Amino acid sequence: MTSPLQLCVRRTPASGVPALATQVNVRMPSDVACIEQTVSLVTHHCLAGTAATDRLRFRLQVAVAEALANAVMRGNQEEAGKSVLVEAELFPDRICVQITDEGIGFDPTQVPEPVRPEQIGETCGRGLFLIRKLVDEVHFNEQGNSICMTLRRR
Amino acid sequence: MGFHQTKDGGGVLVVRVDGQLIVGNRQELKDLIGGALDRGERKFLIDFARTGYIDSSGLGALVSLSKRVRELGGELRLSGLNEDLRSLFELTKLDTLFAIADTPEQALANF
Repeated sequence: MTSPLQLCVRRTPASGVPALATQVNVRMPSDVACIEQTVSLVTHHCLAGTAATDRLRFRLQVAVAEALANAVMRGNQEEAGKSVLVEAELFPDRICVQITDEGIGFDPTQVPEPVRPEQIGETCGRGLFLIRKLVDEVHFNEQGNSICMTLRRR
Repeated sequence: MGFHQTKDGGGVLVVRVDGQLIVGNRQELKDLIGGALDRGERKFLIDFARTGYIDSSGLGALVSLSKRVRELGGELRLSGLNEDLRSLFELTKLDTLFAIADTPEQALANF
């Protein structure tokens, strides 16, 4: 069976800009069943050839998994005709991963904190909170349908 | 990848999570535990010694299962969380909601 994922990896030639070594793009259908494979692909290409710590690998895996789940379920509402784009830029000191869906977007400032005592027993609402705790920087575009996460290599 | 279940001598259903516990397979775990509850099982241990990562949907599934088990007079415990996995429970304060043991043996010792 062929994979429904479209992967594109561009490595900058030696004469190119040394600060940006590699770009990794993956387009994924709006299907939660594809999330694990996408996380695996993105993590593999983002950390290939580097001495990544287990902690960095874990932070990257969970952050990408959370952002993909939000994009598929909340952004694209699991509509079969829509897809999610993952664009990773790899620098010597950091990894930047942007994940964009085709939804109408949301206001990230309106998402409640899930660790207030009355929220702890809730069964959902921890995704964005975990992303913010696991990565070094989080930015959204104005529409709120694209998240950009930066993880420093340390 | 998947869920491996065994029955402990003390009547505890031990479910080992091989791979990830995420949005794509959380329902499978809920169905597995739900089916066992329907059969009368009341003691559950979920072991994460072979788990790579858990997402917020997986955490939510554990919260939901824990509530359901408690409502039926049972108990659900967790074990085998490495430092990274344990940090997810600590960040979300879910470590206050679950009985978490280092190993399955420790969890089963006084179940």
